[in-house]
Amino acid sequence: MKNIFTKWSANLQTKLALIFYFVITVIYSNIYAQNCDNSLSIEVVDLHDGTPLSNAVVLIKELQKEGFTDLDGNVVFENICTDNYTLNISHEECKDITTSLNVNKDTFKKIRLEHHLNELEEIIVISNNRNNSRTLFENKISKQVLEDYNSRTLGEVLKTVTGVSSLNSGNYLSKPVINGLHSSRVILINNGVRLEDQEWGIEHAPSIDINSIDKISIIKGASSLKYAGDAVGGVIIAETSKEKLLDSIYGNVTTNIQSNGRGGGISTDYTKTYSSGWYYRFQGTLKRMGDFETPNYVMTNTGFSEHNLSLKAGLNRIDHGFDVYYSLFSNYLGILRSSHAHTAIDIINAIENEVPHIIEDFSYDINIPRQKISHNLFKLRGFKTFDFGKLSMRYDFQSNDRREYDIRRGDRTKPALDLNLQTHSLAFDLESKFENNSNLKAGISARYQKNFPDPSTGVKRIIPDYKKYDFSLYSVYDMNFSENWFIEAGIRYDFSHIDAYKYYRTSLWEVRNYNELFPEFVVEDLGLNTLTNPKFDFHNISSNLGARYSISESENIFINYSMSSRKPNPSELFSEGLHHSSARIEIGDLSFNSEVGHNFSLTYDSSNEKSSLTVNTFANIVDDFIYMIPVDLMPTIAGVFPYWEYKQEDAKLFGFDVKYDRQYLTNFFVGHQFSIIKGYERANDKPLINMPPVNLKNQISYNFPKLNNLNVSLESEYVFKQNEYPNNNFEVFIPTEQVYQLLDTSTPPSAYHLLNFAASIGLKAENGGNYKINLRIENLFNNLYKNYLNRLRYFTHEMGRNILLSVSYSY
Amino acid sequence: MKIFKYALLAIPFLYFSCDDDDDTPEPINEEEVITTMTVTLLASDGSGTVVLQTQDLDGDGPNEPVVTVSGPLSSATSYSGSIEWLNEMEDPAEDITEEILEEADEHQVFFSASDGLPLQFVYTAPFDSMGNPVGINFVLAPQNAGDTGSGNLTITLVHEPTKPNDGLDTAGGSIDIQTSFPVTIE
Repeated sequence: MKNIFTKWSANLQTKLALIFYFVITVIYSNIYAQNCDNSLSIEVVDLHDGTPLSNAVVLIKELQKEGFTDLDGNVVFENICTDNYTLNISHEECKDITTSLNVNKDTFKKIRLEHHLNELEEIIVISNNRNNSRTLFENKISKQVLEDYNSRTLGEVLKTVTGVSSLNSGNYLSKPVINGLHSSRVILINNGVRLEDQEWGIEHAPSIDINSIDKISIIKGASSLKYAGDAVGGVIIAETSKEKLLDSIYGNVTTNIQSNGRGGGISTDYTKTYSSGWYYRFQGTLKRMGDFETPNYVMTNTGFSEHNLSLKAGLNRIDHGFDVYYSLFSNYLGILRSSHAHTAIDIINAIENEVPHIIEDFSYDINIPRQKISHNLFKLRGFKTFDFGKLSMRYDFQSNDRREYDIRRGDRTKPALDLNLQTHSLAFDLESKFENNSNLKAGISARYQKNFPDPSTGVKRIIPDYKKYDFSLYSVYDMNFSENWFIEAGIRYDFSHIDAYKYYRTSLWEVRNYNELFPEFVVEDLGLNTLTNPKFDFHNISSNLGARYSISESENIFINYSMSSRKPNPSELFSEGLHHSSARIEIGDLSFNSEVGHNFSLTYDSSNEKSSLTVNTFANIVDDFIYMIPVDLMPTIAGVFPYWEYKQEDAKLFGFDVKYDRQYLTNFFVGHQFSIIKGYERANDKPLINMPPVNLKNQISYNFPKLNNLNVSLESEYVFKQNEYPNNNFEVFIPTEQVYQLLDTSTPPSAYHLLNFAASIGLKAENGGNYKINLRIENLFNNLYKNYLNRLRYFTHEMGRNILLSVSYSY
Repeated sequence: MKIFKYALLAIPFLYFSCDDDDDTPEPINEEEVITTMTVTLLASDGSGTVVLQTQDLDGDGPNEPVVTVSGPLSSATSYSGSIEWLNEMEDPAEDITEEILEEADEHQVFFSASDGLPLQFVYTAPFDSMGNPVGINFVLAPQNAGDTGSGNLTITLVHEPTKPNDGLDTAGGSIDIQTSFPVTIE
């Protein structure tokens, strides 16, 4: 407990956030004393036949109060003060209506909405725009974009958002990077469940099928505290859309093929809903690709296959409901054959050769080295609305299996790495709305996690056996201060206990001085190895304070400060030895404490019918930032290896993103995106590794509404050369030639420019369904280039021209 | 109240899985590690043997390999050499030589001598299934009888080189072992 209080007093910002938070709570409960006991009843009906519309959203703009109509189309707001109000009524299948209304006594109003079932598609997109956070500008990816990228991975889809890039290991493995941060610093939430899939690994891609997702948002503010306190980079929320409250069947079938990789996929989802609130949904995806190709050669062994499925069923009523969700994500993927390096000299040779050493004819075979991953997620959630708010409970279970097969001697076909990570969690969340435009969200959760590295691999464990117990509490409060000001504040406490068993090399245990620092961890000295039982407790506090100032209807300013605390991940704590795929020795540190990020962001957003502009600036001051640097060369029997150690130093990152879209004439659109990020160690201003280079995207598109909504667009993407990078190069002695050669793993590749073409068309089927045909040509000019954020850039270039065609039918 | 029933259903799940035994994990048998390479050079004139050895018992641990050379080579004779690889992390030590011989197609040993060390190398049997050299056995001799000198003799074991090849530089593959031995010819 000592730890928690030190942290408490050390962080003035936390204190301020706390005080602020409680002050608001007090003000809120006292301020309220006018004539405010009117009730306002709204009935929403179909304009055509007068049938009641359930689940319509009625928003009182001035109060920022929202209500949903019940099965009879009614919603009642209590304790409304005497005043004029603007009401906004929306329904998933109807056009929104805004109307004004005077309340000076108990009031009833009937609203008629134009109800069009066959406009489902468009409307769903609109309804997806409900924000998670109202004080932090939130980046969203709509179903539309997801559909255009349905043959891709999550990492690639997220790249469409300004300020987000991806860290790749080849073509398929792609991890999102938010404002320069990734891996354990970016938390993924899949349908409310925090994804636990060995995300610390730089070559581990998130286990989510984008075809199972209807909406993705990226949040960095108070609302993220509901999900995690350690999201130093941000939280990515992937969700399915809410099921409709009516008797209906809807879904779609999508098929796609692409020229590069000579493969494709098929994906389908089917939802049946009943007006009683019951529903079920099935979704499945199959993908298969062969070797990808650069403009000049085949990248041997880069194909993959993916099989995913998800099932959901439940009851969705206004005041109570539950759902059961299961998803399976499994893939099997080849790693570039030539990226298997053993020593520093192998990498020097690869860099010198520029093209892979092994180039074979195109093939669909997935040979060694390869990865096989399967991720099971089971979730059970229920909610009920009480007079104090909506209470929900969630239990989830995840099992992540990761097998990595490496080139091994002696006909060994078993994996070199075989990890099973199981996570159970139980959470209770409360959402309360108060009379004076304020909301309280609070919750409590507990989690148990167990990692099991299978010893039958015959290879030293990279991540040890461990059990982890987490407990957390959070509370987020928001309030409309005045017409223009909206404030949000939150705080979260996380406790973690890690109980690990690990065999350390006795020589390393002693060289690191662990025998004196952590004698209590030693279980048994076995000579070559020492069995240890490291146990750690981490107490972390995270908090957030944000405000939105509305200059006008269409112009907003968002200001946000958030503090996130992240405990070191298993790799940072326990690494000790040769990491084969990187050909380097990686050493963690048992004495690390939590990394604390202070993120300040300021966003200006303005949008009207013709244009929209978003400018986002941020500064992220990270204390005890954990990162790896090469410290030495180490001789082993296999030759000399660079010796990389995890270090804990203060760091700073800052940057800004701009996005501007404008419509000219009636159907001509132009869009621009620009983002720049800089990251340094604070003590010596040395640049941080793997910072995304400056990039600029421009797009022009033209829409032909009369030609079945034909949309044609041209995108240009210019990525500058990263000119600031840490120099981690080494002179390595080549004994056979008796010379020193430079191991240059630092110098970034040159700038590159890509042009992409896209066209889409929508067609109505006779039975009322819709066809959508999408054509994309990426890297139109078949440019040969390398990408700084691709870990395999020493071995290969990037993909050449790729023509993608997808046809989807929705009903 | 349905949700609470489901909540109750979930709880046994949670406890069931927390109820693991506190077993310590079993030690891993590190199978593929090579800790030791011993090169035995037998003089063809019967003047004895010279042994070159490198031994790294903690593998990728911080201790450096110990390199020993039993004595000088004679400028008056050739030597027939043979190499043995061991994994001494296992008990008893595992002979990796057999494994390499079984996968002769995928392995090759390369020899090189630094300037000032006038040595020549010839691959001898066994060859791999395609008749390409493996290098477990070889013959080593001064370039010209009577040549003397000193320098480094580097022995490199490569996994999956291109075969046939014309030397280490262009063979590709990945290096399993590479050690330089300080050698003198008297």
